[in-house]
Amino acid sequence: MEYVLIIIAAVFVSNIVLNQFLGICPFIGVSSKVETALGMTGAVTFVMVIATLVTYLIYQGILVPFDLTYMRTITFILVIASLVQLVEIILKKISPPLYQALGIFLPLITTNCAVLGVAVLAVQKDFNLLGSTVFAIGNALGFGLALITFSGIREQLDLLNVPRRMKGVPIAFIVAGLMALAFMGFAGMV
Amino acid sequence: MNQWKNFSKGFIRENAVFSLFLGLCPTLGVTTSAVNGLAMGLATTFVLVMSNLVVSLVKNLIPNKVRIPSFIVIIASFVTVVELVMKGYVPVLFDALGLFIPLIVVNCLVLGRAEAFASKNSTWSSLVDGMGMGLGFTMALTILGTVREILGSGAFFGMKMISGDAMLLFILPPGAFIALGYLILLANILKEKTT
Repeated sequence: MEYVLIIIAAVFVSNIVLNQFLGICPFIGVSSKVETALGMTGAVTFVMVIATLVTYLIYQGILVPFDLTYMRTITFILVIASLVQLVEIILKKISPPLYQALGIFLPLITTNCAVLGVAVLAVQKDFNLLGSTVFAIGNALGFGLALITFSGIREQLDLLNVPRRMKGVPIAFIVAGLMALAFMGFAGMV
Repeated sequence: MNQWKNFSKGFIRENAVFSLFLGLCPTLGVTTSAVNGLAMGLATTFVLVMSNLVVSLVKNLIPNKVRIPSFIVIIASFVTVVELVMKGYVPVLFDALGLFIPLIVVNCLVLGRAEAFASKNSTWSSLVDGMGMGLGFTMALTILGTVREILGSGAFFGMKMISGDAMLLFILPPGAFIALGYLILLANILKEKTT
């Protein structure tokens, strides 16, 4: 039950994108098509879960016993950067079209604050190993939910007659604001 | 290269937030008040200037293939410096900015400038570029922070101007998105006027 609550809290109540403001760059950058949004979600989910797991083990196993916790930021970002490289190599091999579609944004997962943010949050919140993993999965789902819904809306938005200067990013932000408002309705759930 | 142009491009024409849409997470996350925005902007500027400086100095020593990881380590070191200094001297701000201090390391703006500018240009130009982009970013965060603070809590840099509540929405997450959307619109209009 505890883990179900972690997931519900991560997906709806404090959604990583719409409530915590992590991962805004891909949220605005790759959300113009549903298809690319799906690919991005897949890549982020994979990296986020593994990164949280690995950083948790390194933090509890190496940094805490040797009193090196001030090295947290450097260690975590290095782990994430290597993982992203790994995903890139695998994806290039098994799915070239997807690799083409994600293009520049795959290396940019390294600088996706959502991945590092979740890894740091999981450590800060003192979860155990299973808890951290569940927390990462929940946040990845939350990221996917926000990104895919948003890209669906943006596809429709392209067909509308938006004032010229509002086209593109400004209207996207206002739509995101309304989505965030909708997600605030979940606030009392957990 | 004309250094003044190099410096001033970060404010409107290539402003990180309003034109390039980089570094949006801290932009939205910390700007509940003008002071938080200003502090975050200055912290990012420090990291940006220092990392641009170091990257441009060592650019010829780093093999091309391990370029990005090396840049990240350089940036992460300066972020750790900022983290420890803020924790020691301004714990109130450190708590207010919270998670977004370690997250400067993944700010696309910082890595973007290291990769796109500092790794190709001279040390002096990189330094000026870092200053311009950083201060432009600080300006954007302070403007957004000011707007949200005035609308959301009826205060200007912490000085209360009305009694009671204002439009609380602008302090909450949705307000950040909406306010930034309209600010980008304004910046677009301004850019069309000036060119």
